[in-house]
Amino acid sequence: MDTESTYSGYSYYSGRSRGSHRHGERSRDHHKSRSKDGSRSEKSVTINAPPAEPLLGDSSVLGEEVQDDNWGETTTAVTGTSEHSLSQEDIVRITKDLEDSVGLDCRRYFTLTLAVVLGLLVFLTPLAFLALPHLLWPDKLLVCGTACEGLFISVAFKLLILLLAMWALFFRAPRAGLPRVFVFRVLLAVLVLLFVVSYWLFYGVRILDSQDENYQGIVQYAVSLVDALLFIHYLAIVLLELRQLQPAFSVCVTRSTDGETRHYNLGQLSIQRAALAIIENYYRDFSVHNPALLTASKSRAAKHLAGLKVYNVDGEFPASPATGPENNAATGLAHSQSRAMIAAAARRRDTSHNELYYEEVEHERRVRKRKARLVVAVEEAFTHIKRMQEEEQKKAPGDVMDPREAAQAIFPSMARSLQKYLRTTRQQHCHSMESIQQHLAFCITNNMTPKAFLESYLTPGPTLQYGRERWLARQWTLVSEASVTSGLKEGAIFLLKCIDFSLVVTAKRIPYIQLSEEFIDPKSHKFVLRLQSETSV
Amino acid sequence: MKGPLSYLQPGRNTKVSDQSETMSFIPGQPVTAVVQRIEIRKLRQGEHLILGFSIGGGIDQDPGQNPFSEDKSDKGIYVTRVTPEGPAEVAGLMMGDKVMQVNGWDMTMVTHDQARKRLTKKNEDVVRLLVTRKSLEQAVKHSMM
Repeated sequence: MDTESTYSGYSYYSGRSRGSHRHGERSRDHHKSRSKDGSRSEKSVTINAPPAEPLLGDSSVLGEEVQDDNWGETTTAVTGTSEHSLSQEDIVRITKDLEDSVGLDCRRYFTLTLAVVLGLLVFLTPLAFLALPHLLWPDKLLVCGTACEGLFISVAFKLLILLLAMWALFFRAPRAGLPRVFVFRVLLAVLVLLFVVSYWLFYGVRILDSQDENYQGIVQYAVSLVDALLFIHYLAIVLLELRQLQPAFSVCVTRSTDGETRHYNLGQLSIQRAALAIIENYYRDFSVHNPALLTASKSRAAKHLAGLKVYNVDGEFPASPATGPENNAATGLAHSQSRAMIAAAARRRDTSHNELYYEEVEHERRVRKRKARLVVAVEEAFTHIKRMQEEEQKKAPGDVMDPREAAQAIFPSMARSLQKYLRTTRQQHCHSMESIQQHLAFCITNNMTPKAFLESYLTPGPTLQYGRERWLARQWTLVSEASVTSGLKEGAIFLLKCIDFSLVVTAKRIPYIQLSEEFIDPKSHKFVLRLQSETSV
Repeated sequence: MKGPLSYLQPGRNTKVSDQSETMSFIPGQPVTAVVQRIEIRKLRQGEHLILGFSIGGGIDQDPGQNPFSEDKSDKGIYVTRVTPEGPAEVAGLMMGDKVMQVNGWDMTMVTHDQARKRLTKKNEDVVRLLVTRKSLEQAVKHSMM
């Protein structure tokens, strides 16, 4: 559902758009598959469909973790019960989906038809130029000589090349839906339209009206049109594809929740295209967003504020201020109160740093212990499975299993330690039992070692590694002070908001590098021995 | 025997100057230093005559590795070790001293081997050294104030 083509920008001939900001894209299928969505934020509740989705996937009512995962100990059973509950946010989102999906499809088809119409116009114009004289004044026309017929071949092949080039460059499945049109594509479409219209104008006035007999001249006119169209196509390639290849800006992308930062080099792009490139890199480079890891700092922050309360001894109440000077007095009072609180908090003898240190050490120790147990259990489990050779298969068709059954056979022996490890590192909601078994079968099929199997659980991988419900590919919002179709500039800052977090992006220009040359003669490498000897006399 | 403190006498390569300067030298300019005259009697040990100290430095050596010199481009001859209870220690030689003259021969611009030869001449029983060290200068300054 994330690869549906939605909005415009994909086609070269995208015409006038509605221009309104659209955050996130929805498609027709979205409200069908809605029921399978996983948890979107800490506040919403998971919707489980009946085919026993992982009992492990349940989580977060009101931000607290419900550790209901005994799947290591018990066998899986299809319970038949499913939880369907919607939070207020979900309801709002659903109604918006219904509204948007209809509007968006119209928009998409509108631009598609515009593109096709313009393409047909461009393609058929030379053919029309060639055919109309034969239809309108066939008897007056001079006979087409050899040179003229040679030009027919050239027109044919150039049109074929133009057709293939247009298909290759413009008619591709769009990989994203962006809020605004591509300025360059609109400009190119307008240019092509003007160009073709001017050619038609000239043709209409000078050839149709005067019924020119020189057919060779007409053919050459048609050939010049096709040549010019090919050059415009070349211009399109340079503007749309080549211009942004050379890196010009270095952007720094920081995730707001945990500060993970990466740097990328981008070319001269508009802000929306840069945002798209950054998001695509985000899915590959950043580790998956895990809200469970952030609760510790929040509880610490709460502890800092708790325990300090401001009492107003003088009896002045900052009641609702009516006019100017009283307003200032009230805000002044509020300011002094907050300043007093900050000063008192700073002076208070606080031992929370101590707790943090010991807590971290303890956590590290626990993680290491669980990891050691896990590694041993997995290695032992893998020794029970052996790949059967072809000859053995014919000889002893006994207890033969396919990879899936083999995975299910050895899974219980490592399940408990894996579950404990995931719980300690707070990753248990990222992996369902089904996905773990699938991964195990995959590793067994491809002759991977236990270490290779464990790698995806020991370190949090990029977002794409996990299931689709974590991708949140339709939830991105671009927040920018500058217009999103304007280009990247030095010091540009914009935000890419997702539901739970946002990516803060800062752009810096790559410096102009002045490289100078120094020649070293290979014969100039000479060395001397430097001694410091001590002699006793 | 410790000799009296004296300013450096005009020798082969040195000139007297009125200023008291540090031990570093400027090429082409006269070197001035506060020196101490030390007379060492060689001790016979088997068939060798030994003085009881070790030298380091020389114009063919690497001055940067000299731990005793103030100026790391100083290529003079320095005393790197003094044997306890040897003739040199008895005569008052100390570790870190820079040897300026040996028996009238200049030691500020010699190779390491030349210095060794000057000190270990078989037909000499006594060597008279002129050595300089930082504490000598400071002592003179204090006494003048």
